[in-house]
Amino acid sequence: MNSQTTIKQEFHFGRFYTRWQRILAPYVFISPFFILFLVFGLFPMLFSIYVSMTSWDAISGLGGMKFVGLDNYRFLFLEDTAFWNSVKQTAYIALISGLPQHLIAIPLAFIIHTGMKKMQAFVTAIYFAPFVTSVAAIAAVFGTLYSERSGVLNWLVLEVFNKIPLLNSIIPDDPIRWLGDRHLVPISISILVIWRYTGWNTVLYLAGLQAISQDLYEAAEVDGASRFERFRYITLPLLRPTMFTAFTFTIIGNMQLFAEPFLLVNTSGGVANSGRTSVMYLWDNAFNNLLFGDAATQTWVLFAIIITLTIINNQIFARLRND
Amino acid sequence: MKARTLIAFGLAAAAITGLVAAQGGMKKISIAAFPSLDEAVKIAMPALKKKFPNYEIELVALQYGDHHQALTTALATGQGLHDIEAVEIGFVGKFAEGGGLEDLNKAPYNAKALKAQFVDYTVGQATASDGRYIGLPADIGPGTTFYRKDILDNAGVNASELTSWEGYIAAGKKIQAKNPKIFLINSAASAAGLIWRSNIPAGEGIFFSKDNKVLVGPDSARWVKAFTVAKQIRDAKLDAKIGEWSNEWYEGFKGGTVATQFSGAWLQGHFQNWMAPETKGLWRVQDLPDGAYAPWGGSFYTIPTASKNKKEAWDIIRFLTTDRAQQIAAFKGNGAFPALKAAWSDTSFNEAVPFLGGQKARLLWKAAAQKIKPLDVNKYDSVAQTIVETQLTAVLDEGKDIKAALSEARAEIEKRARR
Repeated sequence: MNSQTTIKQEFHFGRFYTRWQRILAPYVFISPFFILFLVFGLFPMLFSIYVSMTSWDAISGLGGMKFVGLDNYRFLFLEDTAFWNSVKQTAYIALISGLPQHLIAIPLAFIIHTGMKKMQAFVTAIYFAPFVTSVAAIAAVFGTLYSERSGVLNWLVLEVFNKIPLLNSIIPDDPIRWLGDRHLVPISISILVIWRYTGWNTVLYLAGLQAISQDLYEAAEVDGASRFERFRYITLPLLRPTMFTAFTFTIIGNMQLFAEPFLLVNTSGGVANSGRTSVMYLWDNAFNNLLFGDAATQTWVLFAIIITLTIINNQIFARLRND
Repeated sequence: MKARTLIAFGLAAAAITGLVAAQGGMKKISIAAFPSLDEAVKIAMPALKKKFPNYEIELVALQYGDHHQALTTALATGQGLHDIEAVEIGFVGKFAEGGGLEDLNKAPYNAKALKAQFVDYTVGQATASDGRYIGLPADIGPGTTFYRKDILDNAGVNASELTSWEGYIAAGKKIQAKNPKIFLINSAASAAGLIWRSNIPAGEGIFFSKDNKVLVGPDSARWVKAFTVAKQIRDAKLDAKIGEWSNEWYEGFKGGTVATQFSGAWLQGHFQNWMAPETKGLWRVQDLPDGAYAPWGGSFYTIPTASKNKKEAWDIIRFLTTDRAQQIAAFKGNGAFPALKAAWSDTSFNEAVPFLGGQKARLLWKAAAQKIKPLDVNKYDSVAQTIVETQLTAVLDEGKDIKAALSEARAEIEKRARR
């Protein structure tokens, strides 16, 4: 009797199991993504919307949140000149560090793609290396390069270039203040950013180039197109989708610039806040000033700005395609 | 039947093990700290184990910035807090105003009775505006002037000249006239920072008065002086324009290209251990210019309200801060200047400091520590500080008018603090 019930139970259980397995299994298998997304993606987003409508001195705990409605947004749009100044500086740094990345990366990728066969992987790896190097180490090295009194750059300018006749007439005799002049700080930051991300873009463009059929080039060559003409009339138009992707990455990444300027000019943001990006400003508000409500508001406004810029970028490329 | 018995046995066994564990087991207490306070805790560990054999004490150390950022987020959510949280003096006022840390004035702590044992200003610093007292002081940093005696001698400068700002700047000019490669100070901003946070009447803050009035402005003698002295130093090209805690800063000390440094007494330990050990015997210390006495670093132990082992945490922090032997051990082993006044009578305070050329520097620091007054802390202090620093760089680097810069700073601070 005992054995009989066991068999029966097993049979029932088995049927039950197969039926539910069929229905549930797919959900169970995709659940890790959704659980992680809910916990680390959706929840923080919704929570930060709520935080942006509170005045929250974070150290007083969750109970210290005071609902203030849209007052943080009112302050941000009407009174917070420091935030808009940081947006202006971020956009400026994004532009002067973003454009050169692509102006260098596209021809560079073209040269690597067409001119190199055996060395291609090696050269690409070298250009890609800054992208995978620790940003703290990079900032420390650039900090020493830029140093006003003991930096290598100023040594070059003052001790080497300034000793060359003719050249010395246009070079100033005082040390150049790479990180001490409000006009130079954004440029110094941009040089680091360009150096760091050009390799990444080169890799993107290389992938794009490899997708262009070789037949087109051969046909053009037969028709007598020069190397430049082939670049201008075949490569550039066909690279447009890659350019769109790469530009989008640059816009998003540069508008969220944080670690590089943060480590180069520290929390204060450099002379006259010339190196203070929006993310640095909101980080400072959250963790130094403990104004989490304001910081959350700033993230959402920054998000809206980035979305807008991405849509504009999208529109420009759509129009180019139609032309 | 068989299975049931097994389960019953299992449950019983688990219950018994649990009981045994609870009775004979250790209470796990965690301490979160940052360098070099974590060293002081490590030094105290054997004594703690002896004093509290039933506590299993776990030390969690993070870097200074990371520790306070982690503590901020932990307090925000009430999650992930340790039983004891160390807080540096720059954060203690801010954290006092929030509600996440225990008020040690209340029972069962009754810390009121202990306060007289500590340096006065630490008590004021850890007291919130509503009277709650949130931390016992582990160590303090009396502000002091470090100077290179050899460089001063070489330029014919007497150290007493450094006790007024006029004399300080004049000395810098003499030093540079003798050797143009030697600067008086790392950055003019350091002098400004010292002036604007010293000689403040008790109970008043750096940026705000007790009733939240903004003290920064062109009509404040303290603020005008801070900006003016910094500007004079910069105009005379006496500062090396290097930030503290940067490689250039260390190089300046190693290479002997910076003649003076205002800092906490603890800087001597850093010099000796890693920054510039080769300059042993060349440095001396004296009081800050213009009779200023300022706190320069220091740390506190606090107990989060969310801690589940408050009694044990209190036992430990009271032992670490009020046990004379512990404070002396931390001082000898880690250079942490005791906040406990009773520790100062130890013979080591009368000893000559070899790194400072045999100077009895600790007596000087002891006297200075007693003259430091507590500063009133405001929620918007760090907002104000960023605004003021921005205006100072505009004055130093771009020649902005001092009165205009201070007026703008006031307007900006008022706008932010009005909310």
